[in-house]
Amino acid sequence: MRTSQWSAAALAAGLVVTLAACSSADEGGDGDVQTGQELTMLIGSSGDAETTAVQAAADAWAAETGNTVEVIAANDLVQQLGQGFSGNNPPDIFYMPWDQFQTYAAQGFIEPYADELSNAGDFLPALAEQFSYDGQFYCAPKDFSTLGLQINLDAWEAAGLTDADIPTDWDQLATVAQTLTTGEQVGLSMGREYARVGVFMNQAGGSLVDGDTIAADSPENAEALEYLQGLIADGSLKFPQELEAGWGGEAFGLGKAAMVIEGPWINGAMANDFPDRRFISVELPAGPAGPSTFAFSNCWGMPVGSETKDATLDLIEFLTSDEQQLAFAEAFGVIPSTESGSAAYAEQFPDNAAFVAGVASATSPVAFQGASAALADFNVQLEQIGSADPSALLGTLQTNLQAAFDEANG
Amino acid sequence: MPSTAVRPRRGGGIRRGEARSGWLFIAPSVIITAVFLVIPIALAFWVSLSDWNGFQSPLNPRVNFVGLENYAAITVDEGLDRRNFGISVRNNLYYVLLVVPLQTIISLLLAVQVNRAALRGKGFFRTAFYFPSVTSTVAIVIVFQFLFTASGAVNAVIGAFGIDGPDWFNDSTGLVHGALSAFGVSGPPPALAEPGFLGISAWEWLAGPSVAMTSLIMLAIFTTSGTFMLLFLAALQSIGAEIDEATLMDGAGPVRKFFSVTVPMLRPTLFTVLTLGLIGSWQVFDQIYVLGGASAGGTISTPAFLAYRSSFVDLEWGQGAAIAFILFLFIIVLTVLQRWFLKERGPKKRKSTTSKPAEEAASATAFTVDGGLR
Repeated sequence: MRTSQWSAAALAAGLVVTLAACSSADEGGDGDVQTGQELTMLIGSSGDAETTAVQAAADAWAAETGNTVEVIAANDLVQQLGQGFSGNNPPDIFYMPWDQFQTYAAQGFIEPYADELSNAGDFLPALAEQFSYDGQFYCAPKDFSTLGLQINLDAWEAAGLTDADIPTDWDQLATVAQTLTTGEQVGLSMGREYARVGVFMNQAGGSLVDGDTIAADSPENAEALEYLQGLIADGSLKFPQELEAGWGGEAFGLGKAAMVIEGPWINGAMANDFPDRRFISVELPAGPAGPSTFAFSNCWGMPVGSETKDATLDLIEFLTSDEQQLAFAEAFGVIPSTESGSAAYAEQFPDNAAFVAGVASATSPVAFQGASAALADFNVQLEQIGSADPSALLGTLQTNLQAAFDEANG
Repeated sequence: MPSTAVRPRRGGGIRRGEARSGWLFIAPSVIITAVFLVIPIALAFWVSLSDWNGFQSPLNPRVNFVGLENYAAITVDEGLDRRNFGISVRNNLYYVLLVVPLQTIISLLLAVQVNRAALRGKGFFRTAFYFPSVTSTVAIVIVFQFLFTASGAVNAVIGAFGIDGPDWFNDSTGLVHGALSAFGVSGPPPALAEPGFLGISAWEWLAGPSVAMTSLIMLAIFTTSGTFMLLFLAALQSIGAEIDEATLMDGAGPVRKFFSVTVPMLRPTLFTVLTLGLIGSWQVFDQIYVLGGASAGGTISTPAFLAYRSSFVDLEWGQGAAIAFILFLFIIVLTVLQRWFLKERGPKKRKSTTSKPAEEAASATAFTVDGGLR
């Protein structure tokens, strides 16, 4: 009897310890004090340049308002966010990636604060739409990037091409890619993933979601895949894996691909790793249904029910001001997410004007809740793009997307 | 009732209060076990039966009990989740089938070699063979990535023999499929093309490990053989010289001696090594994580990696926990099966009573040191 009492006591002690650990640990935060707050910010940084710039901006705001901001550069942003939320200790402000936003919003993880910002109306409409869920504008777009076509000038000139040859449609792209393909280099490269291949689908007039229906297996999408298969058959399109490069930019920097499809982040990568590479960025060539490109963005996420909401809102207003965004643009090449900011950017960085010009035809990649698993599977299937039947690839995608869509809306 | 039960004890006696002190002394370990083992496992089991999405505690009132829904999604419901799980089980199955026997045989051979009295530079060889085991798997994966790129050292070596090597870590061709295509069979016969167990067609189940998985299998054998060599070495050294002598007198040659005397005497160690190998290879994660898990057409993904991905990336925590529990079940069932296979039977029964304690001690270490051994 005595022993069982003791064991019960021991177990109870264990339970108390555990339950204390489970209950919310951060309830001690003091309400609406504007100063003296200690914010943590989790960012998925592209490198030292970005981390330093964000830290500097956060410090500037902190010094002005009498708070402190600890900037943490994540090794694996999505995993660390998941950890923070499940441990009930999410960062006060964080980068919310575009492909996870819908999932996080649907699961009720993030605060729909964006309408409360004083500069809520300044953002580019396409971006405001990308970060809206259920008709509500959730979080402020941090900045954005579009895809463009990068051309290696040395290879271009060596092949005897001039400014007049810069491709503006699919046929011209196929022709110059063929011309630029030599024994040493391939004409065109890009990531073997939906985030690149999908652009061609949109240029052919297709899309994955058409209003409320999934339209992945449309003839337009098949046409896009067939066009890419043609380039692969000609030997003028190879993916980075086949060129022993980690991503398109590396293949480009190494001189293994004369043209790649990447965003403005390629400027930083070239400056860091391949400073001798001479290149220009132009708008993507138009497809049969006209021009199209993808816009990618992160937003500044705030956990739902944040206890530091007022201070965080103030910080986000500071970070999304045109002035601060242009400073970020200078530091690591992103494009400001506001109308006036991006216009100023195009003037200030004429080399990158093509990326800003892309905004006119930019759409957001499909990213509703659950879509990322279907798209991840599609990226795996794309490995067979060279030999597979396009309608079979798209049929699988259609089935998986439909299932995810039904679950998200049902 | 307590008063009557306790009173006689109070009267004195040398063992008074012993039970209480006993509990007091083991209280720290009971609490630690409960907090870090029992309660987390119970919580994880609850998560696998709930619709917890990873927000706040899994015990908060908004989390609902969904029964076996998470288990059904990956085992019986048609769809991507089941397919991903099926593929990962297939990948892991081939990994286990190749890694466990090969690493056991290789480590046994290495142990026999470094145990030979005549060997010069024993210390050097022991260190060299053990070295990969003390190096982080992550570091070794990175080295392997350099070795196995399309223009890497491995391909350069086999290129010298006129063989055009594959792009190892990106090649999703299954070895069996590859061998069949050499005979002109490149697609499935209609009977094997239908989706079968876990949504995977028989043709895909029979694919064999992909080239990418084969490189990971080599990596696993490379890193673990040293550890297990050490276990075999310890066991070999406990076999006395008089037994060698006796076999010699009986006229057995080295081969006969090895198979009829040494291997049977190593049975408890063999059990340990096989159990550890089985557990470790079903839990393979770090190599896959470093490689991103999605390369080579999904042929290197494993259940352990999928559990991580479902939880942290797709926020399907229930499904992730369900995968983990199914994996746990796999390992338990296979370990029990293996125990049954290795049990001594028949005429040798009398001997088994003597070796049993050793066997049990071996299996006990198998569970305690599992985390430390790769």
